[in-house]
Amino acid sequence: MIFDLFQARAEAVSAEVHRAPDRAAALAFINEFLRAEDLAPAPGSWAIWAPGPLADALDQRALAANLPGLSFQVTRDLAAQAKVGISQAQWGLANTGSIVADSTQVEQRLVATLPWIHLAILPTNAILPDLPALLARIDPTTALYTTIVTGPSRTADIERVLTIGVHGPERLVIVCVDDMGEVG
Amino acid sequence: MAGEFKRQIQAALANPNMAGALGRFSEAYAASRAKAYEGIDFENLRARVAEVKGRAAGHLDELAARFAARISARGARVFRADSPQEVKDYILELAQKHGVKSVVKSKSMASEEIHLNAHLKEHGLNVAETDLGEWIIQLAGQRPSHMVMPAIHLTRQEVADIFSKEVHERLESDIPRLVKVARRELREKFLGAEMGISGANVAVAETGTLIIITNEGNARLVTTLPNIHVAIVGIEKLIEKLDEAAPILTALPKSATSQLLTSYVTMISGPAPNTDGSPKELHVILMDNRRSEMAADPKFREALQCIRCASCLNVCPVFRLVGGHVFGDVYTGGIGTILTAWFDQLKKSEDIQGLCIGCGNCREVCPAKIDIPALIQELRRRLDKEQPRSLSQKAVYSVVNNRGLFHSLLRAAAKAQKPFAQGGFIRHLPAFLGGLTEFRSLPTIAETPLRDRFKALPRPKGDRKAAFFAGCLIDFAYPELGEAVVKVLNKAGVEVIFPQGQTCCGAPARYSGAQDVAAGNARDNIAALTAQKVDYVVSACPTCTVALKHEFIQDLRETGQTGEIGAAQELAALTVDFSTLVKALADEGRLELKPGQGLAKFTYHDSCHLKRTLGVWQEPRELLARAGYEAAEMFESDMCCGMGGSYSLKFPEISAPILARKLDNVEASGARLVALDCPGCLMQIAGGLDKRGVTIKVRHTAQLLAEVLD
Ligand code: SF4
Repeated sequence: MIFDLFQARAEAVSAEVHRAPDRAAALAFINEFLRAEDLAPAPGSWAIWAPGPLADALDQRALAANLPGLSFQVTRDLAAQAKVGISQAQWGLANTGSIVADSTQVEQRLVATLPWIHLAILPTNAILPDLPALLARIDPTTALYTTIVTGPSRTADIERVLTIGVHGPERLVIVCVDDMGEVG
Repeated sequence: MAGEFKRQIQAALANPNMAGALGRFSEAYAASRAKAYEGIDFENLRARVAEVKGRAAGHLDELAARFAARISARGARVFRADSPQEVKDYILELAQKHGVKSVVKSKSMASEEIHLNAHLKEHGLNVAETDLGEWIIQLAGQRPSHMVMPAIHLTRQEVADIFSKEVHERLESDIPRLVKVARRELREKFLGAEMGISGANVAVAETGTLIIITNEGNARLVTTLPNIHVAIVGIEKLIEKLDEAAPILTALPKSATSQLLTSYVTMISGPAPNTDGSPKELHVILMDNRRSEMAADPKFREALQCIRCASCLNVCPVFRLVGGHVFGDVYTGGIGTILTAWFDQLKKSEDIQGLCIGCGNCREVCPAKIDIPALIQELRRRLDKEQPRSLSQKAVYSVVNNRGLFHSLLRAAAKAQKPFAQGGFIRHLPAFLGGLTEFRSLPTIAETPLRDRFKALPRPKGDRKAAFFAGCLIDFAYPELGEAVVKVLNKAGVEVIFPQGQTCCGAPARYSGAQDVAAGNARDNIAALTAQKVDYVVSACPTCTVALKHEFIQDLRETGQTGEIGAAQELAALTVDFSTLVKALADEGRLELKPGQGLAKFTYHDSCHLKRTLGVWQEPRELLARAGYEAAEMFESDMCCGMGGSYSLKFPEISAPILARKLDNVEASGARLVALDCPGCLMQIAGGLDKRGVTIKVRHTAQLLAEVLD
């Protein structure tokens, strides 16, 4: 129910929403997604994956070896040339179709701002109803930089024509994972 | 009014892009806004926004101190600045200390308010605006024409030309392509800048949190990539608690861009790490620039509730014609006029305040519940007090304050107009007065005003009694309309009297800021209308009704004539507009409206004062339906017709295109009859149709009801 609303609202603002039953399915999706995007270890074609509960629990070396062009190292220079940035969000907001991430660590910001595509992993059970529910949970003493993202970057500044992908990602892909297993 | 200002108006009106783009946008805005607010109780939401912001405005100093303590405990530096100069000095010094050469900025009205870019550029810094619209404007060397859509007045072709110059490459006017060019160009600037400057939409005292919203994602880059981040925050952005941000973040995107939420909401509560691992050098400048003074002003404190959504611009019939280059300064439109008067100087608002026609559209949509037209009225009063009135103004005011003289002048005019009158209209006046009839014919002044005709009317007794307040237009231009009012009321068993001591309701003086003159009219009318005991004081002019019901009290109170407020309140309690009264009488069963046969289809024009100040719009429609008239609603039926009392004389060049739009909508409705409840709108619309040579009748609801009662 709450997921359906989240999905409908997110898709209404051009986000792409996918749902995976568990971690393995999510990983399989990401694997396939990156291959379909012609992932390669070349500027403009690589992907960077920021730390997070799921990423930290992975066998990163094996995964990177299997997917040339995927890096778990996130730097400013790599981000500036990345095609895909991957991160894990803490919460979703159903009534606006948003994802929310504590982005105090700069890696979280780099993967979500500079690449063309931002792929966000979101535990399905972390979808909150709305903004007030979120504001009650944020702790500004530790979360120094929090972002709420609703759809891809957009503008209507020229003749009011909606255009996607100005300074941020032109695609926002959200993978909701029902069962995160140990992590999450 | 400066000739220069009139020249700017002419130039804006002659600019087809400006009027076209703004006009199309504002016509579409109402529907898209409604969609964004679907399922939301807007009144409840804006009451919360107003409560949160209004409460904060009551203790800005304390909130600023709390905010500063919280965020600086986490390593940010907070500077509280009183004046624009202090802000500019601080930022320049900081930049020089760190050897900054390039600065990237995300949208900040506060920085525009102090003309920061020019200052930094003068001192050799490269400053790039990164919001697409702001960047276009910066490259074009122009001023934003709208608070939310700064470049709305430019076409894609013009943007292509501007960008082509910047990148030395001939660009096509393909919008997605132009956006990509901006991304490429600005990405380099983001990566190369040593300092990022942002504004903030909200600052939360309790947690020391800045909240910044954007759609493009530029604020995230401005606050992440350069190692120094300076946020310039007007202290009116402060609120007390984090959860109080919810109503603001809920309302702002819906009102501003008809979105449920903007693409990005960024909350910064301290210096997060830079891309090289060092902690961010975070500076927050809390800027006052007269905001504290405003907060201490009992009237203008309300304006600090503004969340800068610009919806007041989008619904304004004047703004959509002339845009922000004329209507406003850094801040534009109605609220911009008010903010300009404070953040710049009162004098600077002198010309632009006159542009407000007082239709009240903005008051209806403002998510912060600011009564913008009332504040503009207050500006007028303060301007009026500050400057000595001219001799001609004084002469006019002394005439309207002298009923005998005023009325004998009107009678003289009725005789003088003879050579120009034709079928109830004056279509042309001699050259020196010609401007007055250029876009609409004027009604002739009646040979015998209502006050004289009334004596000859049959005066049936009834078990209820109403005093009829005619107002100048019905009394001297449309006495037959007044007779219709009397006839309908008589039919409902209401005896009508016409107190001869009544005079002008004071609207012209009141709306020019001359409150003492208006209060003089108030006193005379109160005396005349309360002399005899009646059940109702009825008016068929919404502007007069508003005066009797609300403004007399205010005029007396604010000019210190408290002794007469009691009588004014008594009058207010008895006052009712024609349609509301007749609807009530009909509902009581006192008036039987038998549906007439073969009646024309009508389209109803809602007068500003009736619909928005008095909240009356169903009553006349309902009455006309009961009388057998069939409705054909026009587009924007409640949009101002451009009359605005003396506005149409002061700004005929603006009044005319507003009227033209109204007439187009009337014609498109297919109806051959316009119904309305205001003699001012009647004069404007009937005069416009006559000038167009279109035979569509325009009638007051009272006239249409009187017809079927025969
Ligand atoms: S005055 Fe009201 S409508 Fe106008 S910008 Fe401010 S909040 Fe929006």
